[in-house]
Amino acid sequence: MATKLFREAIREALIEELDRDPNVFLMGEDIGRYQGSFRVTEGLFQKYGPKRVWDTPISEPGFVAVAIGAAIEGLRPVVEMMTWSFALLAFDQIVNHAAKILYKSGGACPVPLVIRGPAGPGRQLAAQHSHSVEAWLAHSPGLKVVLPSTPADAKGLLKTAIRDDNPVMFIEHPRLYLTKGEVPEGEYTIPFGVADIKRRGRDVTIVTYSRGVQIALNAAEQLAEQGIEVEIIDLRTLVPCDWETVFNSVRRTHRAIALHDDWGFAGFGAEIAAQIQEHAFDYLDAPVMRVTGADVPMPYNKHLEALAIPNEQRVIEAVHAVLA
Amino acid sequence: MHTIIMPKMGDAMEEGTLVRWLKQEGDTVNEGEPIAEIATDKATVEIEAPASGVLRGISVPEGAVVPVNTPLAYILQEGESLPAQTDGTATAATAAPTPTAPIPKPVAAPALDGGERILASPLARKIAAEHGIDLALIKGTGPKGRIVERDVLAYLEAQKAAAPAVAPAPEAAPAPTVEVPPAIVAPPAAAAERVESLNRLRQITAQRTTEAHQTIPHFYLTMEIDMENALALRQQLNQLDESLRISVNDLIVKACAVALEKHPVINARYQNGQLVHPDGTHIGIAVAVEQGLLVAVVKHCEGKSLRRIAQEAQTLIQKARDGKLLPDEMTGNTFTISNLGMFGIEQFTAIINPPASAILAVGATKRVPVVLDDGSIVARQRMKVTLSCDHRVIDGAVGAQFLQTLKQILENPLLML
Repeated sequence: MATKLFREAIREALIEELDRDPNVFLMGEDIGRYQGSFRVTEGLFQKYGPKRVWDTPISEPGFVAVAIGAAIEGLRPVVEMMTWSFALLAFDQIVNHAAKILYKSGGACPVPLVIRGPAGPGRQLAAQHSHSVEAWLAHSPGLKVVLPSTPADAKGLLKTAIRDDNPVMFIEHPRLYLTKGEVPEGEYTIPFGVADIKRRGRDVTIVTYSRGVQIALNAAEQLAEQGIEVEIIDLRTLVPCDWETVFNSVRRTHRAIALHDDWGFAGFGAEIAAQIQEHAFDYLDAPVMRVTGADVPMPYNKHLEALAIPNEQRVIEAVHAVLA
Repeated sequence: MHTIIMPKMGDAMEEGTLVRWLKQEGDTVNEGEPIAEIATDKATVEIEAPASGVLRGISVPEGAVVPVNTPLAYILQEGESLPAQTDGTATAATAAPTPTAPIPKPVAAPALDGGERILASPLARKIAAEHGIDLALIKGTGPKGRIVERDVLAYLEAQKAAAPAVAPAPEAAPAPTVEVPPAIVAPPAAAAERVESLNRLRQITAQRTTEAHQTIPHFYLTMEIDMENALALRQQLNQLDESLRISVNDLIVKACAVALEKHPVINARYQNGQLVHPDGTHIGIAVAVEQGLLVAVVKHCEGKSLRRIAQEAQTLIQKARDGKLLPDEMTGNTFTISNLGMFGIEQFTAIINPPASAILAVGATKRVPVVLDDGSIVARQRMKVTLSCDHRVIDGAVGAQFLQTLKQILENPLLML
């Protein structure tokens, strides 16, 4: 296996799918001639030309609507959001149209659309451009929500997303773009709804995804020195979600922590806690805890931003709390 | 207005059961008249009216368990009315009470909210339920004293240690769903077996004897004591004053009290690496009652006469048998005596009853052949006693010296004076 950057793995998936299926095409702001704000689409305009790699105007509602129309007609658009924070402008298109057309057409009209791009805090992009969007999206029936944590997962999951006949919201954490990892050679896909246990442990289950996985792994290393073995479940896809893997883990460890960058209040961690107590109540030896972003608009100041997002220390404290 | 509360009848008492109301809502009661019967872990006692008046606002139903100091009812004098929250009506608070007016009985006592709930994790509850364990018997070590998995498993381990003879589950038994050794999973009810739930006293006895036997390093010393002189003294005393019959047990309690004054270490206790010398000599007497085992404690035996000790011991033993022993009368013993002589038991060993550090197991006094110094054989009244000692406090020689002193006193009972 070759070691690749997270953004290279995404680019590989795009290239393989562009090569495999002539209906696949890319759209987005500055993805062509500029080669992408985060250089995910580097070289693709040069390789595939303006018909397969479209530069769009700065109009999220407009180009998402175009993508939905193209998808209905049988193409497979992959829309890049320069940041998911800009996708808020397109929420009517995403939630009111992409998510509902299959349902409203009585199943006759699938929308094979992928919207992908960076979302999440940690780059001093302040209150308006640091959003985590997974809870908003996962809350809306009809959307699949994917948040890879490693280059290999990013590639395998993006290929599955492009081949899926439903709208898939593919969320990349900007702090992961320059992380490295081994990526299998050649054709492979990762199915949705299959969580990955990134570390085995007997004492506490940490349920997380995206950047949370790396935080949890770092915390687990420190906790192991204290004799505490943490199990880390990377959900990878929130919709559909692999609850059985979560429940089975909690049935063994009897303790769970939900970890994510997104705001805690009414966030996906609340869903994790609710699911666990509904389905594995009798196996809990402690309350399910959440380690999440602070419920405030993201501060610009880097010290305040660091205080507003999860870190290893807060995970370690939560682990100690559930083990008390 | 006088408020009747669940009394705290001992340092350890946190809640009590309202067994039954002896007076009903609206009854006129006189000061000192029993109005309700309450039960603690070990005893049933009556609550007396603190004043004369009318019993009103009964808020705790019979059978309810409530924390100490919970208001149970009120005694009102003429012109007084119930506190507003008790009868729930604003007008009643201003109206003169009429003894015959019915007061709606609350469905549940408000004090039960939260007060009675035992904090336990769902997993702990599940495991406890699977093994039929009363959570009230388990001490929680989790946050806020919550009972968590490890507490239930520790309790099960303790039970397992206490009863190693439990048969392993037969093969047909359903696999246990928790990670505990199969041997301690209660075997399924086979046709020949019958499961009986135990009363609280029995459960507490089980818990405490297990804990004592597991945590205290016991050793045992046996001594034979000639009882001829002691029995002669007892006969003489009982003939001279028939108002109170001194028993052999009374003599032993008094003899122990004197011996303990000479060997204060036996009276002391081990506590967190320190030796605690108690404020007096408090001798517990094990009393078998229908529901289990009680220890009646004669407090401050030091300096008390034989007659005084006999009086107090006999009163306490009777109260124990009647189930009326107060919590303070069964705790705080610094030494314990268990006597099975009346059953013809020659000799036995007993489990130390904390906070005491030693327990004297007293066997039957029997006529046995004794070889005297001149080689002749005579029949003498002899009794065997076995002292169980906490080795953290008492060394072999110290225990032996105590028994020597005890023997000397009982064989020369004038030393009790």
